[in-house]
Amino acid sequence: MLVVLKQRKSLQCLLLLVIFMLLYRFVPQSETNWLWRLPSLLKELPIIINDAVNYLMFEWLPIDVYDPDIEEYEQKPLFGQITRGFSGAILFMIELIREILLGGVKTIVAFTSWDWVSENEWARWPALPWTVITGGMVILGYVLGRAKLALFILCAFTYIAVFGQWEPSMKTLSFVLIAAPIAILLGLWLGVWAYKSKTVETIMNPLLNVAQIMPHFAYLIPVMVFFGIGDHAGAIATVIFATPPMVRLTVLGLKKVPPEVAEAGLMTGCTDRQLLYRVLIPSARRDILIGVNQVIMQCLAMVVIASLIGAKGLGNDLLIALNQLRIGKALEIGVCIVLIALVLDRLSLAWANKQTDYFADLSFKQKHKYSLMFLVVFVVGIILAVLGSFIFKEGFNYLYLIPQNKGITTEAFWQWGVDWIWETFFYSFKAFNVWFIVDVLVPIKTAFLGMPVIATFTLMMGIGFIVGGIRSALIVGGFLLFIALTEWWDRALITSYLIVIAVLISGTIGITVGTLAAQHPVSSRFMLTMCDTFQTFPSFIYLIPVMMLFGVTDTSVLIAIVVYATIPAARYTIEGLRSVPQELHDAAAMSGTNRFQKWLSVELPLSFPHMALGINQTVVFALSMVIIGALIGTDDLGQLILKSLSDKAGVGNGLVLGLCVAFIGLAFDQILRTWADQRKHALGLS
Amino acid sequence: MSVQTKTSSALEPVIRCESVYKIFGDNAEKMMKESGGVVDAEKFKEAGCIVGVNNASFEVYPGELLIIMGLSGSGKSTLLRCISKLTTASAGEIFVEGDDILKMSNKQLIELRRSKMGMVFQSFALLPHKTVLENIAFPLQVKGISTSESIKRAQEMIDLVSLTGRENYFPRDLSGGQQQRVGIARSLAIEPDIWFLDEPFSALDPLIRREMQDEFLRLQESLNKTILFVTHDFDEALRLADRIAIMKDGVIEQLDTPANIVLHPATEYVRKFTEQVPREKVLKIKAIMEPFVPGETLSELEVSGEDIIATVAEEVLNDDRPVAVVDENDKVIGILHRANVVSTLFGDNASVQP
Repeated sequence: MLVVLKQRKSLQCLLLLVIFMLLYRFVPQSETNWLWRLPSLLKELPIIINDAVNYLMFEWLPIDVYDPDIEEYEQKPLFGQITRGFSGAILFMIELIREILLGGVKTIVAFTSWDWVSENEWARWPALPWTVITGGMVILGYVLGRAKLALFILCAFTYIAVFGQWEPSMKTLSFVLIAAPIAILLGLWLGVWAYKSKTVETIMNPLLNVAQIMPHFAYLIPVMVFFGIGDHAGAIATVIFATPPMVRLTVLGLKKVPPEVAEAGLMTGCTDRQLLYRVLIPSARRDILIGVNQVIMQCLAMVVIASLIGAKGLGNDLLIALNQLRIGKALEIGVCIVLIALVLDRLSLAWANKQTDYFADLSFKQKHKYSLMFLVVFVVGIILAVLGSFIFKEGFNYLYLIPQNKGITTEAFWQWGVDWIWETFFYSFKAFNVWFIVDVLVPIKTAFLGMPVIATFTLMMGIGFIVGGIRSALIVGGFLLFIALTEWWDRALITSYLIVIAVLISGTIGITVGTLAAQHPVSSRFMLTMCDTFQTFPSFIYLIPVMMLFGVTDTSVLIAIVVYATIPAARYTIEGLRSVPQELHDAAAMSGTNRFQKWLSVELPLSFPHMALGINQTVVFALSMVIIGALIGTDDLGQLILKSLSDKAGVGNGLVLGLCVAFIGLAFDQILRTWADQRKHALGLS
Repeated sequence: MSVQTKTSSALEPVIRCESVYKIFGDNAEKMMKESGGVVDAEKFKEAGCIVGVNNASFEVYPGELLIIMGLSGSGKSTLLRCISKLTTASAGEIFVEGDDILKMSNKQLIELRRSKMGMVFQSFALLPHKTVLENIAFPLQVKGISTSESIKRAQEMIDLVSLTGRENYFPRDLSGGQQQRVGIARSLAIEPDIWFLDEPFSALDPLIRREMQDEFLRLQESLNKTILFVTHDFDEALRLADRIAIMKDGVIEQLDTPANIVLHPATEYVRKFTEQVPREKVLKIKAIMEPFVPGETLSELEVSGEDIIATVAEEVLNDDRPVAVVDENDKVIGILHRANVVSTLFGDNASVQP
């Protein structure tokens, strides 16, 4: 029975392939032929969205607002007022932190007025010397994570200061210090809500799916329209992007808390609130902390993208450096971003694991040891800064603030390296690049673009049907139909072509490397650490070295995607293979299998569900990277999204384009996830 | 028998269950209404309901240790959870010190748990993010007792369960037995009157289990709580219980003293359970003694009527004269012949009366 069924599956695949080829070959290419391309029935959708947004922002429900400038009440739409208030609050918080770190007048202005500030010269908030901030962070690191963390923070902050990135780094930090906590709290709150109510969870799940797979850019446009441009808009976009994983992991963590622990909480007489905050959330700490980590990573991944709508700091500088092809500069800035990400991540982790000592009978001095230490650092830092002003008589006081780009730089070295690589390998790179583009990429791209819409539908829905029956086929078909009815089917094909090639390569590399690494505990641990490290880097960082080597071409984008998307494939492969129980290894060995037989007939089938989820993640990673690839020039959906950023009526376009990208991802997700679930079920793992 | 007769006249029960039902399933409520008080597990199963507890009525008296015993799926843990109101019973009345907990508001329930109840769990259910000390202090802090006060109290509890020196360990650093000691200390921290134990030693290996049972008996001797103890281990039940309730498919098949259950199983199911149990480990001397006839030459040896036979069998058998059986006031209440012991050990016990 099982054999017949298996044969039937392969028969189905074969049949599907034959139909696909026939359709591909014989459907005539003509714009009026619906089998070739569907008409863009959804052409009006972006315009409708635009109109709706405009109505909401500028017309809906006008209320009377007092305008102090003209001293009169004015009619203003409610929604615009709400978003304005919101923007103002977030901007105020960002500016407050920024001015504590870097000095300024805006916070004072917020409580007084520009006139008052310009009349009173003394009313300036002075910047803290960089030595004081570094010292303070080092002490914080020591309190939470002892010497190791303190040393790491010292190195990280000194690097930032010495390399002349202090100012943009502090700007970025102030932005992240607002966005991350908001995202964490919001995510936690939504997660708890979803945990408590089944209905909320059912509603939230598909929304989270779409939100997580929507390209970063797509968020920028509506945020820009509702909240304008600036740090606050960047922060809001970041929060929207960073919250979903937090929600996911909160729900996951809470669900994993053993029922007996919750019961123990109840039996000690916890109220609902106490149960939540003192039992459930702390017990789910592991997963929630992964969520916090994800939020921090997402925040820093958004740093560059948020700079497109006016967030100041490292992201902006990095974007400029990338545009000017200043690889060395971009690299130094990139390192700063990674360092800030690591510092915040380690600090949050250490904070959550902090232990209290109840028995220590502390004197005043001991109790306030760290505050006193900070006071000393503060005073010493200020004295140094004052001394500095005598030493560095002309120009910049390096002991107070190292101005941007006036520190050490290794840019010349990198530039020299790039030049050297170019001079030495120019012809081989160029030859490879030309060959790859002309003989590999372009033919595949042409083949994708030459695919009639009916053939695409048949293929994807057919796979959906074979894997998950009629339900999966319809879901996949629904996603495709939306894309096919917009004007951007061809662009979507280009995106898919990059994705398909990238996923094939990453999947192969990832599974191979993962399998090899999983052969030994040490190598698999090493590989997992590598994956962790690489995942910490915000995605666009990967664009820097490939641009260095291959310039602005599809090859660069593809390589960047492959490098980035290989991470999950390798990680899930290792985790899958390592999760095969030892008894089964032993049983296979005692049955007399050799290494390869064991891999093929025991390890591979058992870890297949894991690997399928890994490939699923690879698709998601590849999608996010291909869209970011627009920053260095592609001609797919991403580029259009980037363009609609500067378009006045870009909201509709941006959102619909974003949905197209999300739906490509969700179509793959549907197939892979169903497949993985079925295998899991068949193996009794679910 | 003794506990029941002694207590029912003199004392109010601490816990009283009247026809308690617990039905799981979507249309449990509807089925319950239609059944009119007679719950047929099979019928309910067809309707997609699972009967957890079926018409349980019993009482627990102050200082009594009642063991609820049954195989997995028999509803013993469900019954315990109904009484602690971790799940709400579908029907019936459950009185704790005279108050019906099914009618209590959430606030009253919390107050009751904070002041009168403690519970120990099979999987220990320690809070993974708190140290031993913090775990034990947790119920006190939840109650709103100051940190220094609750830490002081927790330290006493740590000494009580012999974990001194491990205050700052995390649960993950402890062995199973040690973790359960923490669980026990935590459940006792607020000095509850009623102590629930849900298979507390089932997750431990046999040697440790034995040790923990001894520890438990020692604690109970000094604390004298009213205890509801759930287990699937019959030996454990015999060893610890004042009375045992044997459950099957949600029904209490028999509720009696260990000796009575062994000697007079009420149902076929209980009989199967007790078949393999060595009588001498359950029965007390007074169950097999004979009336004292004055003038008989007795051995110098005296045994208490409350002794378990196995503990004194060797001494009695080594003496060729009959042995006097005395009560707690050293008054002779009967005598024991070697033949009595031998017939308990090797003979048919149908005629023995506890």
